[in-house]
Amino acid sequence: MRAYTPKNDVQAKSYYSDRFFVKPTLARKAIFNDSILSADCLSLQSKVEVLESYLELDHLVVIVNPEDNVKTISHLKNIRAYDFLVELTAVDYIASRGGFEIVYEMLSTSKRKRIRVKTFILQNDTIETVEPLFRMANWGEREMFDMYGVKVKNHPHLQRILMPHDWHGHPLLKTYPLHGDEAASWYEVDKIFGKEARDIVGPELRDAACVDRYDTERFARLGHEVSKGVDISEGNEPDTPIRYQEEGGVKLFGKRLVTPFDEIETKHLKERK
Amino acid sequence: MAQHKVNYLADGGTPIKLTTVDKIVNFGRSNSLWPMTYGLACCAIEMMAAGGSRFDFDRFGTIFRASPRQSDVIVVAGTLTKKHAEFMRRLYDQMPDPKWVISMGSCANTGGMFNTYATVQGVDRVIPVDIYLPGCAPRPETLQYALMQLQQKIRREPARMAQKAKRLI
Repeated sequence: MRAYTPKNDVQAKSYYSDRFFVKPTLARKAIFNDSILSADCLSLQSKVEVLESYLELDHLVVIVNPEDNVKTISHLKNIRAYDFLVELTAVDYIASRGGFEIVYEMLSTSKRKRIRVKTFILQNDTIETVEPLFRMANWGEREMFDMYGVKVKNHPHLQRILMPHDWHGHPLLKTYPLHGDEAASWYEVDKIFGKEARDIVGPELRDAACVDRYDTERFARLGHEVSKGVDISEGNEPDTPIRYQEEGGVKLFGKRLVTPFDEIETKHLKERK
Repeated sequence: MAQHKVNYLADGGTPIKLTTVDKIVNFGRSNSLWPMTYGLACCAIEMMAAGGSRFDFDRFGTIFRASPRQSDVIVVAGTLTKKHAEFMRRLYDQMPDPKWVISMGSCANTGGMFNTYATVQGVDRVIPVDIYLPGCAPRPETLQYALMQLQQKIRREPARMAQKAKRLI
């Protein structure tokens, strides 16, 4: 069990910490533990240079050189019957290794086996597209470019896919702040009203834990609403009984439609009939 | 022959009611609030439930319209991403005056749990909001309550042709 720490100041501290992070440790097995996957791996080794290969959670993981990526995927697809490219993404290792790890996750529906092809490129290097082999790679590589800034050679349409086209920066980089950089925090204001409106709209309020019932600019009590910006601190809070219609009924029809609620006159049933 | 009998002697003796233009206009406006069919995230599911027969928005005269040209309320139901903000602003601009905005749910109010780079931290950064509706997601009853609050607000306002400038910019 985790040691108890006092939690009463937890909102004052940064909520984004790695308190709950447990580093996963996965056993790596040698490839000959799985006959099908080791055959695939040996077949691949005859074609391209495999830097490293091992089994992890019944996946075969092979690490190849970045210039061999199309050859590898093509061999696995056409010769070894890995007919799905399930996932294509990058991992940011800029701080530790100065580049990105590109991951291709492949599935063979006939063999029911999965292979993960990994390759490493330096930060400003490019990688060849695998879009001619798998149509899925079109969007996968666009997402990789959008989120990490990895440039893909010979891609038919290398544009951002999730973020707007005029976005600045690549959000899944480890160096990108979670709350966004300067351009991100003013993006919608700049786009809609123009930069000169920044002073009027004001900066973003990012303290999600802040609750102040006397701040009528930003908060309202349900059922006790007052107009925005009214000072209700220090006994100025008006009496706000709950009304579901106008007092004294609807003016157009008089009081015929609405009977005002009277706490004293109202009779309460002892029990439901 | 009709069985009922109209009592012309009630209400001051005539079937005529004196009122002001403001009140009769606001009576019409507040009882035929047409929201735009516009949902962004899970709050839109609650909004749809409020529009369905169990909670029944129709009895408030509130009928969802499929065009901003025919709407006078926009219920911002869900997370507004920064990419989508300009489109919502365009839809708001396409609605004819007078128009009102209900910001539904935590995400629309403040960005909610999406305290990230891609989410607008409150739709009032983009369009002026009349009613902020808390909840994640608010129940359909809460949306009905917000609508009734909005009706009260409309009835209190003078019935101008165009709204008093409440635009952000």
